[in-house]
Amino acid sequence: MPLSPDDVRKVARLARLAIAENEIAPTLDTLNRTLGLIDQMGGMDTAGVEPMAHAQDVSLRLRPDAVTEPDRRDALMANAPAAERGLFLVPKVIE
Amino acid sequence: MSATVASLAADLAAGKASALELATDALARAQASTLNAFITLDAERTLAEARAADASRAAGKAGPITGIPFAQKDIFCAEGWRTTAGSKMLGDFIAPYDATVVARGKTAGLVTIGRANMDEFAMGSSNENSAFGAVKNPWDTTRVPGGSSGGSAAAVAAGIVPAATGTDTGGSIRQPASFCGITGIKPTYGVVSRYGMIAYASSLDQGGPMARTAQDCALLLNAMAGFDERDATSLQREPEDYTRDLEKPLDGLRVGVPRGWLGDGVSADVRAAVESGLAQLEKLGAKRVEIDLPYSQYAIAAYYVIAPAEASSNLSRYDGVRYGHRAAEYKDLADMYAKSRAEGFGPEVRRRILVGTYVLSAGYYDAYYLKAQQVRRKVAEDFAAAFKVCDVIAGPVAPTVAYKLGEKTADPVQMYLGDVYTTLVNLAGLPALSAPCGFGEGGMPVGLHLVGNYFAEARLLNVAHRLQQVTDHHLKAPGGAA
Repeated sequence: MPLSPDDVRKVARLARLAIAENEIAPTLDTLNRTLGLIDQMGGMDTAGVEPMAHAQDVSLRLRPDAVTEPDRRDALMANAPAAERGLFLVPKVIE
Repeated sequence: MSATVASLAADLAAGKASALELATDALARAQASTLNAFITLDAERTLAEARAADASRAAGKAGPITGIPFAQKDIFCAEGWRTTAGSKMLGDFIAPYDATVVARGKTAGLVTIGRANMDEFAMGSSNENSAFGAVKNPWDTTRVPGGSSGGSAAAVAAGIVPAATGTDTGGSIRQPASFCGITGIKPTYGVVSRYGMIAYASSLDQGGPMARTAQDCALLLNAMAGFDERDATSLQREPEDYTRDLEKPLDGLRVGVPRGWLGDGVSADVRAAVESGLAQLEKLGAKRVEIDLPYSQYAIAAYYVIAPAEASSNLSRYDGVRYGHRAAEYKDLADMYAKSRAEGFGPEVRRRILVGTYVLSAGYYDAYYLKAQQVRRKVAEDFAAAFKVCDVIAGPVAPTVAYKLGEKTADPVQMYLGDVYTTLVNLAGLPALSAPCGFGEGGMPVGLHLVGNYFAEARLLNVAHRLQQVTDHHLKAPGGAA
């Protein structure tokens, strides 16, 4: 089922991507064509097939619950767009 | 012919060249190049790495590739280097730590000449999706080099560097290798650490080497591969010497050619070059067998669900708070997220985030994401059945030779269809390489795609190496200057 302009607005909001009104139509067009490609899967019977989440069905390792990384706060915060006294700054969220 | 890793390593070992001389020359070529293969050059860092390599040699600590200059795909975090992943989002990002691939390269004594251009966040097949401009193919500068590791492939093909790193999520090492006439291998998923490699689709992403010859790829893979506890999906295996089987004869090798892969879907020039590669393998003692991969036709659809789904999740970390681009103006936090992301990401990345968000959204998950994972299982089972009757699978890497810059940018879906022979390999997690097998339309290179069973990297490199001993396609260099 092809998407509507409202679907595009909704998905963009879920993805936290600002989208201008004049971008809706071209975005809708490419998304619908991409979904057309994706819908080819519909031609395949997959009843009862176990989904494969990973390239190899290996179980993930566990490691001891111990601190392994040193404190590198300053180095890791050097790329922050706005920081002060070891804190990331964002617009006020609570009035 | 441009120097190979092996030939330069011999020169370095014999004292005929120093790492500093090689780096100075490569840097000069990189600076003079008009291909736009590099996003960042940093002469000071490069020369410091070269001096360190020479010092390590003087102290008797040199390894087999100490002092070899190479291009690092701009997706691997390297402490102190600007690391952009081809995105405006990370345009000012200075990596605060080394990816494991970078750390292993340092241990091996490799010298970074620069940071190779790439499609933004590795999403693309032409390198036209870079925020830092398209890369030109050195064989014909009006054509694309392929992608996403296009800068890496162009830099090697033009002889700027003898080697480069790449990453391959749906063909991003093999397709540019094919388009630029070099050799590139995507290892088995889990062989090369993903730690510090900027994520696109984590269950598919895999780093690997790109170079002129299969032998060079083997030497580089020896340095890149290995277990890493910092990557949760890194495989715990004994270290291998990927050069060990290079000279092995191919007598009795069963080469499986999937029915339909050399049919109407592939252009006549590519078919002819691939057929000539297959004929060479037969002359070397290999036996050609027909195989079936019945579900492979659905792989590209499943790939364009799974990869965007994982991308939409991975790229949610770019929020303009901790690092990366932040919009200059916004009303509140939600607006800051939405504007920072819309401004920082290019069109293709935004498209894939939207597709991924949609297929994962409530009500569509089963029809798209779960279905794609089921297709993925069937694709992997296809390969498992095929490897009962053959040792390697061979065919084309892409349906055509490198196309013109701008030719496919208007229709992303057309570009996706070019990934028809490569994405299925990533879904299954198998190793595969592209090695030059001839030339097609416009004198453009064509790669032979070789796919192996899990952990068959040494076998694939062996087949490509034997092919390269009886052919010279891989030694031909583009006529134009770099």
